[in-house]
Amino acid sequence: MNTVLECNALTKRYGSGIVALKNVTLSLPAGKIIGLLGPNGSGKTTLIKTACGLLTPSSGEIRVCGLKPGAESKALAAYLPEREYLPEWMRVKDIIRYFADFYVNFSTEKARDMLKRLSLDPEMKLKTMSKGTREKIQLIMVMSREADLYILDEPIGGVDPAARDYILDTIIGNYSENATVLLSTHLITDIERVLDTVVFINQGEVMLTRDVEDIREDSGKSIDTLFREMYRV
Amino acid sequence: MKWDFDNDRPIYQQIVEQLEKAVVSGDYKPGEKLPSVRELASAAGVNPNTMQRAMAELESRGLVVTQRTSGRSVTEDGAAIDEKRSGIAEEHTNVYIAAMKTLGYAKEEILKLVRGKLE
Repeated sequence: MNTVLECNALTKRYGSGIVALKNVTLSLPAGKIIGLLGPNGSGKTTLIKTACGLLTPSSGEIRVCGLKPGAESKALAAYLPEREYLPEWMRVKDIIRYFADFYVNFSTEKARDMLKRLSLDPEMKLKTMSKGTREKIQLIMVMSREADLYILDEPIGGVDPAARDYILDTIIGNYSENATVLLSTHLITDIERVLDTVVFINQGEVMLTRDVEDIREDSGKSIDTLFREMYRV
Repeated sequence: MKWDFDNDRPIYQQIVEQLEKAVVSGDYKPGEKLPSVRELASAAGVNPNTMQRAMAELESRGLVVTQRTSGRSVTEDGAAIDEKRSGIAEEHTNVYIAAMKTLGYAKEEILKLVRGKLE
């Protein structure tokens, strides 16, 4: 099976002396929806930013679709940052044009189609939309790229349950057998049925990587329950 | 159809059980074409690979068949559906009898209660 993300003894130290990732070794296969789960400050975003080439490892190695993070790997991996990043003055149609210019693998048709289902007027400005709608649009833009790996940092944080359902449905609906979706969250109950595999991370270390159905089968526990047990102080 | 899952049991097993129930109760008719794995996964809010696994399991149990060109459909084999229906009925009966026995009910009393309820 193809590996879309591979870490070997990956360590990230920040200038302040904080070790955000400690000796992380990980291998994520193609064709899966994978949850990167951990409490706030556990290293989820650091791992994601390293995979996206926004941070450089202090030591060890990370490979995305077989490549060191850089221009080439960024073309293969679509990234949804935790924060809103599109300027408020942009209209829906501007955003589509912007993405189509920027990414060769962006499908304008797919984006238009998904936006239509949301019944959004292409003339509308981001400024006039609710936070939930803006988050949906950002996700649509990322999922409209034909990528091998989709990296979504907290895609369901801070949105209402209806928007959450929409986002999960968009992830399921756009999933293809050849692509992997890696999404980070601390809201486990809401997403655990959508996942194939979970990676538990705590204080910069990987504690567990496992198939979710195996966890349920062997322990008779939900992923949320197991998570709470493992992270209890 | 309406889906309902517990997160502490394998989801594919629960999908199998719920689709079996839909077939034996006639919500899905013999020979009826089933939605695609993606559509079913989306409707149930579950992982597409999990739905795929459940479909493969239903196929191996003979309740669902694959046509090369038109995807999956419910079997037209009425006997297979009847057999599954009896199996589910028997499970429910066993669970009921076991519960009544723990309460200390004897055979005649159980029969009397059931008859009384049905009449």
